[in-house]
Amino acid sequence: MSRIVGIDLGTTNSLVAYVEGGIPRVIPDAEGRTLLPSIVAWTPGGVVVGEAARRQLARNAARTVYSVKRLMGRGYEDVKDELARLPFAVTPQAEVVSIRIGDREVTPPEVSAHVLRALKQRAEAHFGEPVEQAVITVPAYFNDAQRQATKDAGRIAGLEVLRIVNEPTAASLAYGLQKMAQGVIAVYDLGGGTFDISILRVKDGVFEVLATNGNTHLGGDDFDRAMVDWLLADIQARHGIDLSGDPEAMQELRLGAEAAKCRLSFDQRTVLTIPFERFAYHRDITRGDLEAMAEPLVAATLGPCRQALTDAALGADQVDEVVLVGGSTRMPLVQRRVGELFGRPAHSRLNPDEVVALGAAVQAQILAGGITDMLLLDVTPLSLGIETLGGIVSVLIPRNTTIPTLAKEYFTTSVDGQTAVDLHVLQGERELAKDNRSLARFDLAGVDPMPAGMPKIEVTFLIDANGILQAQARELRTGKAASIEVKPTYGLTETQVEQMVEDSYTYAEADVNARLLIETQTEADTVINHVERALRQAGGIAPAEERARIEAAMALLRTTRAGTDRDQIRERTIELNQATAPLADRLMEAAIKDAVTSKRADRLLENS
Amino acid sequence: MTDYFTVFGLPRKLVVDAPTLQRRFYELSREHHPDFHHGVEAARQAEALAASALVNRAYRALRDPLARVEYLIALEEGREVREGATDKPKAPRELLEEMLEVQEALAEAKAEGLDGDAGTRLREERARLEARYAGEADAIVGRAGDWDRLVDEGGDRKPLLEWFKQRLATRAYLRTVIDDLSDALGEREESHVSHRRH
Repeated sequence: MSRIVGIDLGTTNSLVAYVEGGIPRVIPDAEGRTLLPSIVAWTPGGVVVGEAARRQLARNAARTVYSVKRLMGRGYEDVKDELARLPFAVTPQAEVVSIRIGDREVTPPEVSAHVLRALKQRAEAHFGEPVEQAVITVPAYFNDAQRQATKDAGRIAGLEVLRIVNEPTAASLAYGLQKMAQGVIAVYDLGGGTFDISILRVKDGVFEVLATNGNTHLGGDDFDRAMVDWLLADIQARHGIDLSGDPEAMQELRLGAEAAKCRLSFDQRTVLTIPFERFAYHRDITRGDLEAMAEPLVAATLGPCRQALTDAALGADQVDEVVLVGGSTRMPLVQRRVGELFGRPAHSRLNPDEVVALGAAVQAQILAGGITDMLLLDVTPLSLGIETLGGIVSVLIPRNTTIPTLAKEYFTTSVDGQTAVDLHVLQGERELAKDNRSLARFDLAGVDPMPAGMPKIEVTFLIDANGILQAQARELRTGKAASIEVKPTYGLTETQVEQMVEDSYTYAEADVNARLLIETQTEADTVINHVERALRQAGGIAPAEERARIEAAMALLRTTRAGTDRDQIRERTIELNQATAPLADRLMEAAIKDAVTSKRADRLLENS
Repeated sequence: MTDYFTVFGLPRKLVVDAPTLQRRFYELSREHHPDFHHGVEAARQAEALAASALVNRAYRALRDPLARVEYLIALEEGREVREGATDKPKAPRELLEEMLEVQEALAEAKAEGLDGDAGTRLREERARLEARYAGEADAIVGRAGDWDRLVDEGGDRKPLLEWFKQRLATRAYLRTVIDDLSDALGEREESHVSHRRH
């Protein structure tokens, strides 16, 4: 059997891992980096993924897509509130939103496929052979459409997705493999864009999920947004400038806020410095400032935790261990609130950024037959039902039912000679159909004409181990299989996916080497751009000789960049960076001096 | 319909040792779970999927003593049981007096608002009903042994089956009234809505 890799397709970062010699390991890229930023950019040279895409984000905001996981399997109604905050254009379609890149429409699964393809190539470079099968993780609280969209992304990337695994469950496998968690464990997973809580019982190698809950629209991105709003108000107050309409500045602000947020997990205070085109912005931020902004968001994760405990029929005191997963759990405030809720300190002995990918690799190894003593029993996060008379939902499979599972339901006709029956399948916890998530409309066709009420059509709803619905229908009187045509409400049809798989060959970013060249060129452009700006802003404080050195290095890089020698482009990029180092130091010094002065001024104003 | 008791090799009895059932569930899961049937032909995979789904449904029906009684009734009557059914149960006659009191308390709260005595009374009514609700469960589970004896001795099981049904109906009705009271008090959580099965 060929290799099966484990992939964590994250909102902010993605990783690929593999079990080698009984130990799961994250596969690094050529530069030794394990995290691949889940960012895809369309540049004149071609599609760029990862760090290179992130570095040119502000300059190319309209053609750079980030956090696409929040759009996976979503309709326009779901995401319209946050579209104003995204620098790229989302086409308002009810069913499957798509992103407009120049004259092309790209769906979220296609964007994710670019990230998956980069990880696939990374793994292939590592093993020196093709990789075609994968286990991909999703938030436990993802619904059917979001799971299906993830599976579609894998297919478009040329991967056979053998299993969709829930992220908190994957994390528990990574801990369990190393015998680092036993008994009843709560996995609190706060990532870049999603939140999950899962309660599991780990016993005799069986990982039995008892209950899960969460919010697929709550994560690190929301903390960044709160900070950006706060900073916008501060800039307005102190500089009298409204940056909200400037996409480039907004992206610089967002990236700056994100970095400052991360620093505040380790430091009590930090200085945010952004050299905008029009002015240099400095702001002193304390951990207290951040926590005041973050408190309501953290509080919003506690309700789902309580609900999961209730559904598992357990008290907080019956939980033996609380495990933290996801980058956002590095925030001391999160650790404090979670510790308080469960009455015990929460830990993250395995790297919270990597543990989900490691767990996906463990599940891949189980499927490959390499691990036989571990078994994962997961649940479906949302109740599955059908719409009945009066728009009421009749629940067929309640939430937190162990999967795979099935339910049978019987239908008949209401008119003489009727040969087809429509069904509306929903997911959610509300009484009325309209308040739940529409999954699909099923068309049962090919029923023999009979008097009304005579046919007895048995429909089997099966949720497989991926948490994805399959349906079969049979007319019991004739024993004939009725055909089911499934029209997914928020998903791509089979034909669309096939078309995208085909397109991916036609429009494929050339081979790995071509892609690496584009990335190197993009990186060179980013550095040139930064240096140009630095010279404009602070060229005056650099001696003429230093200036000349920088200009020369820049000219050289420009010439080299036009060619195709990747190593040389990289070398010249490093040289330009080195030539600029003294100038960067000087800029930094000036910035800090500025921040200190402005703070003194603030204090004087406060005291006056 | 499939007898879930036979899935675990158990007789159709209500007293079940929980650790034994769990161990058996884990064993059967290891045997059938699709994770251990990858890379075999499609037909075998489909079989494993169906077998695994059956084991999971059987365990869910039997692991909780109360759900076990509900399942047993359905099995004895030969009808499909479905969790989470949303049909509103009818008021059992024995609850008539309590229900009149609850109606009165609700009317009072409507007229006077929730701040004063009316709110307090609603909460008291709810607490009383909740105690009764829990009591019903204990009473039902408490007679599991009686059922098993009837099975062993070959006695008439009909009266006890009817008694179980009546108690379950009363309990289901109490749940809806408790939820209605919580609604009136504005204290019900959204997510409980479609889970009136216990």
